[in-house]
Amino acid sequence: MLRQRLLPASALGGILALWALGVYLFDVPEYIVPSPLHVARTFTRDFGTITRNLVPTAVESALGFLLGNFASIVIATIFVHQKTVEQTFFPLAIIIRSIPIVAVAPLLVLMLGNDMVPKVVIAALICFFPTLVNMVKGLSSVNPQALELMRVLSATKRETFFKLRLQNSLPYLFAALKIAASASVIGAIVGEWIGSTEGIGALIIHAIYNFDTGLLYAAITAACIFSVLFTALISFIERRVVTWSPETG
Amino acid sequence: MSDTVGVDKVSVRFDSGRGAVTALDEVSFELARGGFLSILGPSGCGKSTLLRVVADLVPPTAGTVSLFGSTPSRVRRRRDLGFVFQDAALLPWRTARQNVELPLEVGEGARLAEGGPSPAELLALVGLGDWHGSYPHELSGGMRQRVSIARALVTAPKILLMDEPFGALDEITRDRLNDELLRIWRETQTTVLFVTHSIQEALYLGQRVLVLAAHPGRVREMVEPDLPDERGLDVRETEGFVRQSAHLRALLESC
Repeated sequence: MLRQRLLPASALGGILALWALGVYLFDVPEYIVPSPLHVARTFTRDFGTITRNLVPTAVESALGFLLGNFASIVIATIFVHQKTVEQTFFPLAIIIRSIPIVAVAPLLVLMLGNDMVPKVVIAALICFFPTLVNMVKGLSSVNPQALELMRVLSATKRETFFKLRLQNSLPYLFAALKIAASASVIGAIVGEWIGSTEGIGALIIHAIYNFDTGLLYAAITAACIFSVLFTALISFIERRVVTWSPETG
Repeated sequence: MSDTVGVDKVSVRFDSGRGAVTALDEVSFELARGGFLSILGPSGCGKSTLLRVVADLVPPTAGTVSLFGSTPSRVRRRRDLGFVFQDAALLPWRTARQNVELPLEVGEGARLAEGGPSPAELLALVGLGDWHGSYPHELSGGMRQRVSIARALVTAPKILLMDEPFGALDEITRDRLNDELLRIWRETQTTVLFVTHSIQEALYLGQRVLVLAAHPGRVREMVEPDLPDERGLDVRETEGFVRQSAHLRALLESC
C-alpha cells in the first residue's frame, strides 16, 4: 500500500527535479519555461488570484458534469426501453461526439451569452457521449439468464430496471464518470478562453498576453490539482458503491 | 388429469434468417405430481426450448401445456414455478442470502414472503448454512449453483425446471450435487423437469427419462429405468445401470 503511493510520488519528484535541472543547465529564460521553484513561488504569491479564478471553473465543471451525465443516464434509460428511439437518435448522439467541441465553443458563447451558461453547456457536452455509450452498454449487457429469471419471477419492467439493469450498469457508469470528471474541467476552461474575464481559462489567456509564464504554469497546476481531486472523489464514491467484482455471476 | 404435468403435441417454430426452423415437433408427455423427469437429448434437440415452453418463456407455435390443471403463465404468475439455469445467474452485487431473497422482492413475491420456507432454511438445505453473507465471486461454481437452487425453491414452487444446471461443473462436484438434488427433491416433494446431455446423470436422477431426437426436436422414447428408489452413486457400477445406459446411448445414436 505504502509502496503503491511511494513509487508514483518519487516519479513525480524525479520529473520535477529533472525539469529544474534542465532549466538551470540550459539557462532557459523564465518567460519561455520557468523553473518549478519559480512556479511554486508564483503559486503562493498569486494564491488569492488563482483560487478566485478556480472557483468559477470548478463550479462550471461540476455543473456541466452533473448536467451532461444526468442527461446521458436519462437518455440511456430511454434507449434501453424504446429500441425505436435508440435507432432514431443514437446516430445523432454519434454526430454530437464528432463535433470538435473546441470549434463550437465560440458558437455557444455567441448563442448563450458570456456568463456561466455556455461554459456549463460545453462541459456537459464533453461529458455526454462517453457516459451515454457506457451507460447504454451497462444497462443492456445483462446476463440473459438473469433477464429470463426476472421473467420467470413475473418482475415488472420497473423492477427489472432497478434490481437488475441499473445495478449492472454501475461499474460501466463509474468508468465513464472518471473520464467525465477531468473532461468537464477541460470543457469549462475552453469555454473561458472565449472572452471571459474570470476563471482558470481567462487567467491562462491573461498570463499568456502578459508573458507571465510563471502565472500561466501556476494556473495550469491549479487546474490539474482540481481535476485530480475531482477524479479522486469519483473513485472514492465508486469504491463505496461498487463493492462487487463485476465479471462473476 | 389435473394433478399432472401434461405436454400435448407441442411444436415450436422459429423464423431464422434462412427460413423457418422447427425446434420442437409435436412433443407430448405426462408426468405425475411429485415426479422426477430427466430430459435427455443431443444438442439441437430443443430440450432447453421445451423447458422454456413449460416455463412460459417461449410460446408454443402449436399444442398445449397444462401444469396441474392450470396454464404455465398462470402458474408462473402465482410463483409456483422455479427455474434453475445452466449459469447460476446470481446477481453479483447481492450476497448469497440476498440472492435467495430476490424472488420475494419482485412481482407478487412480497405476498409470498410469509409462510414459505425461509431463505436461511433453504441455504442450510443446500449445504450453505455458513455462507449467508458471501458474494458470488467468493463462492465456487458448485456453491453458486446451490445458491441458485435455493433461490428457485424460495417460493415453494410446485414445479422445478432445471436446464443443465450442473453442465459447467467438474465431475466430482456434479456427482455430489446429483445426490443432494435427489435429497432435496425428496424433502420438498416438488415436481422436477431436469434437462441434461449426460446419460449417466439422466439415468441416475430420473424416475423416468424422456429421450429426444434432434432436427427437428421430437420424442424418441420415454424410458422408465428399473433402479432401486433409494440409490447411492454406487448404483452406477451395477449391471442394471450399465445395461440401461447402453440402451439410452443406443437410442441417442440412432437419432
